[in-house]
Amino acid sequence: MNGGVDLHREFQLRWFAGDAPTVYDLDTPYLESRLSHHIRHISHKNQPESSRIMSTVEAEPQTSTDLKIVEDATCTFCGCVCDDMVLTVEGNRITKAKNACILGKAWFFNHHIEDRPDATIEGQPASYEDAIERAAQILVNAQYPVTYGLSDTTSEAQRVAVAISDWIGGNVDTTTSVCHGPSGMAFQGVGEVTCTLGEIKNRADYLIFWGGNPAESHPRHFTKYSLMPKGEFVPNGRKDRTAVLIDVRRTKSAKAADIFLQIKPRSDFELAWALRGLAKGIDPDPSVEEKTGISVEQLKQVMDGMKAAKFGAILFGMGVTMTRGKHLNSEAVLALARDMNRHTRWVAKPMRGHGNVTGADNVVSWSTGYPFGVNLCRGYPRFNPGEFTTSDLLARKEADAALIIASDPMSNFSQPARDHLASINSVVLDPKLSDTAKVATVAFTTSTYGINTGGTVYRMDDVPIPLRPAFESPYRSDYEILKAILKRIREIQLQAGS
Amino acid sequence: MAVEFILIPGRTSRQGTSLNEGKYTATYQEEINTLRMNPDDMQQMQISAGDQVRMWNDFGEVTVPCISGKDELPQGLLFISYGDKSSQLMPGETHGTGMPDSKGLDVFVEKV
Repeated sequence: MNGGVDLHREFQLRWFAGDAPTVYDLDTPYLESRLSHHIRHISHKNQPESSRIMSTVEAEPQTSTDLKIVEDATCTFCGCVCDDMVLTVEGNRITKAKNACILGKAWFFNHHIEDRPDATIEGQPASYEDAIERAAQILVNAQYPVTYGLSDTTSEAQRVAVAISDWIGGNVDTTTSVCHGPSGMAFQGVGEVTCTLGEIKNRADYLIFWGGNPAESHPRHFTKYSLMPKGEFVPNGRKDRTAVLIDVRRTKSAKAADIFLQIKPRSDFELAWALRGLAKGIDPDPSVEEKTGISVEQLKQVMDGMKAAKFGAILFGMGVTMTRGKHLNSEAVLALARDMNRHTRWVAKPMRGHGNVTGADNVVSWSTGYPFGVNLCRGYPRFNPGEFTTSDLLARKEADAALIIASDPMSNFSQPARDHLASINSVVLDPKLSDTAKVATVAFTTSTYGINTGGTVYRMDDVPIPLRPAFESPYRSDYEILKAILKRIREIQLQAGS
Repeated sequence: MAVEFILIPGRTSRQGTSLNEGKYTATYQEEINTLRMNPDDMQQMQISAGDQVRMWNDFGEVTVPCISGKDELPQGLLFISYGDKSSQLMPGETHGTGMPDSKGLDVFVEKV
């Protein structure tokens, strides 16, 4: 019986790691061959047309350095994951990024090749092989290792990170836990009435932006997906749409809205509950005005508009999830969208921040059954936010080693969590130097996903999108490094008979 | 004299652009280390743009320069870009959610 379980586990974990035994084995990972194929065709101009990847094309070299045009490239800076970039690449630099927003331009223009060691051990330059060995030893010998980050890497790398966590009997968590983790909990409580951004573009005539500031955090959301574009059922674009902004600050996004509800801090739940009441024909208590700063009359005006809409969308940000109430706030917003479907079509979508944080949710979900904060210590997945989420594990000083991928918790975790992370062994993968890389026992410099590395990312509406890298990096990808760590961990475990 | 405020850490586009240039660039460091306050609150506390203020709560204490938040912030509300300073004021407790209270933090402020 145990043999059967082990075989199943072997198959399952190799599949997690991109190594389904029926198709690929550990020595011929399909992704590596696919990526090198992709990069090669971008870099060499005389490849036959049929072998080029999608619409990536090249111009004749104009100088001694190669000049390339990469069409339909994907920006992975934010959750919009705009895939209509036209990049001009000169040597190892992107010099133009047509269609990119201000954040996208900063992303493409500043990820050039930096002169840093491949790897460091305790702050000193080290060989890649020594770093892999030390990383594997740290992780395999830990009592309670935690894997964290993953929102700025490919889904292929995320998959390997889950496999590592399972083999070492650790914890896997992503930046979702300090982002829209509360929304992930709320999905389990009340469900999610959802759609793609394409449906919002083509159908939505009433938009509510709640606790977010897309003008600064997702600059192209307004113009490409939600507010401005002309769509099949909103042929006049902005003129056919009504936009409401709900926020405690009069942000730059307020100028784009028809109605701005400046609510009092920490009153999102009460506002959503009052709107739920109105959706069911129940007038809220007048005290809601004192609590939220919004009068019943204003709320009724908004509700009238919501009921009259043909297709409404609530797009909510971290003003909802990070404020007191957290998952209850998200639940209230999601339940409001659900309630509105008694009248007309309504959806609610979280505005996701990092380029592939949605991919992290997807990969961890279909690998373990849960979206974040998953414990694999007992050989099967357990989910419990607050217990198995990284901020808690570190602040309570429970984790004794960490594998951090493409994230900087030393900059954005609470001080107790940061203090503990700095005191334990950690393995950090990041294309740039960060506070987390500085305290790492082993730090790897990586290539940048979407610029140097191909793969898959998920847009904030759960639509997977392929990456089209612009130029090669001398540094390895997260995927390649994680695969090497996983391989070495398995060798150590097999030698030890486990 | 210390005055109680509610602090909203968040993202700005300047933070987003300078993040890509590097977290150790002057622009990024300036962005995450500058507090924004309602102009009327600044006047009442006799704070001029660029003055250092001490901000603290039960979890930490930071000293940062303060500038006007113009019409973005109502009285009683503060804004700072996410980063080291805002994180020092966050609790380790997440109340069973995995998410520390990261926005809407109760803080005290006084001019240095």
